[in-house]
Amino acid sequence: MMNMAQARHIAPNMPTRKVPAPRAARAISPKTVDTLVQIAVVALLAGIWEFSARFGALNPFLLPPLSVVLGRIWEDLLAGTVLVDLGLTLYRALLGFVIGAVIGIPAGILMARSAVMRWFLDPLVSIGFPMPKIAFLPIFILWFDIYDTSKIIMVSFSCFFPIVAATYAGCSGLDKWPIWSARSLGAKERELLWEVYLPMAMPQIITGLQVALPTGMITTIVTEMLMGGRGVGGSMIMAGRFADSVGVFAGIVQIIILGFVVVKSLEIVRRRLLIWHPESRR
Amino acid sequence: MSDTLAGRRRPPGFGYTLIELAFRFSPLLLLAFFWEFLGLSGIVSQQMLPGLGEVFSAFVQMLVNGDLLYNTARSVSRAAGGLAAAVIVGVVVGLMMAQFRIARLLVNPIVQIFYPMPKSALIPVVMIWLGLGDSSKILLIFLGCLLPVVVGTYNGARGVNPFLLWSAASLGASRFDVLREVVLRGAMPDIINGCRTALAFSFILMVSSEFVIATDGVGFMISSLGDGGQYPAMFAAIFFVAGIGFGADRLYAMFARRSLRWREA
Repeated sequence: MMNMAQARHIAPNMPTRKVPAPRAARAISPKTVDTLVQIAVVALLAGIWEFSARFGALNPFLLPPLSVVLGRIWEDLLAGTVLVDLGLTLYRALLGFVIGAVIGIPAGILMARSAVMRWFLDPLVSIGFPMPKIAFLPIFILWFDIYDTSKIIMVSFSCFFPIVAATYAGCSGLDKWPIWSARSLGAKERELLWEVYLPMAMPQIITGLQVALPTGMITTIVTEMLMGGRGVGGSMIMAGRFADSVGVFAGIVQIIILGFVVVKSLEIVRRRLLIWHPESRR
Repeated sequence: MSDTLAGRRRPPGFGYTLIELAFRFSPLLLLAFFWEFLGLSGIVSQQMLPGLGEVFSAFVQMLVNGDLLYNTARSVSRAAGGLAAAVIVGVVVGLMMAQFRIARLLVNPIVQIFYPMPKSALIPVVMIWLGLGDSSKILLIFLGCLLPVVVGTYNGARGVNPFLLWSAASLGASRFDVLREVVLRGAMPDIINGCRTALAFSFILMVSSEFVIATDGVGFMISSLGDGGQYPAMFAAIFFVAGIGFGADRLYAMFARRSLRWREA
């Protein structure tokens, strides 16, 4: 007691209580903690799925245990059917998407640049964009039979509208100054298109693509379910018809992975293509 | 309201005059002529492309005998049920995620995993869970529409200006009041956008689930007409469904504009 008081008296500036030294940068940032917690949540959910199914809290027909589902995928992977299914689904979705983009982007640019094209395409696009395109599937089946052609055409048809609408919106509201500057520096129309219009509209075009690709995947799966044949959708609906719930959930797991990979890849493409754009610098 | 150098004035309240409207939609008429020409000239067989008159008379017939309206009512009621549940649950979950870190940490990984999944893949799953009746389709539409609403609400609620939150709190609003009066309203534009996406999804899922598994509804009607070779009626039903989807989106856009009138610009 005495000592303390004396000490305080003698050296009033000395801190009586230990003040924590300024902390070094924390080894684990809050962001890492968040990520870890979220991974833990996923693991926990997987665990709940596995054990509630295994110990009879849930009917194993309605939700087969995760390990059984993964085992089925592994078996099919060894048999080669998983890769064939995934490959076919991906091929149909991507080819349809690319065709939709190859037609949609030029059409959008033309709509923004030419009054005649705008007159012709604007009502079609503004009516077609909000329609449930999938309803037209029986017409495509009627015209192109039930094989790959009609599936791919259906996918491109449903991808076309979001792409053309986004491209048109992106190309029509452009800032005039860069265009005027390029013109006054002697750029020709073709150079303007590649050097000015397209780069300026690029963020919106890619947004359109990012809307179209998941739509295309949805459409691909439905066409496969309806017309049969191989592909993840086709094998899932077959499994469903035969009440093979393990097969259905194996398909779902494959589709989740496929969708995740495809959507994330498009995000990476966006970041690469728009690396010059202010949005990448945030 | 005469024509001035500044350009023609539009009559207030109505976007287009009748003539402008006719001019705007004349390409559709052109397409219709082209359709008829293809059919009449015999380039494309009548089987593949029935004449517009036939399609129209099939439409009138279906309308009169009630098939079309009955099936549409069945489909739309399922879509509306699933969509309404998705909007309610989605807004609540999105707000919770924006307000509480725990909710965010719990729900975010699920959203991240399931958001990119093509929702039509759930059709066989709901078929296994709930069979072929109404409930499986309502569940499918609910699940498919949920995530766009959650993500829209979450983004909107996170983007609310913090000064508004602080002012409301300093004026004595409770946490719930702030949530209801400030966060919900601030997030409204994003919520409305998310719901528009969900509306489009609900139509896609409604039609496609009825194509695959159903005993009634417009999707079932279309596919059974197609299977029976009644192509004029099939075309009519398809255009009718497309028209309903289009009309729902237009109505929703009008509603969105009305309910966001308070926004500047």
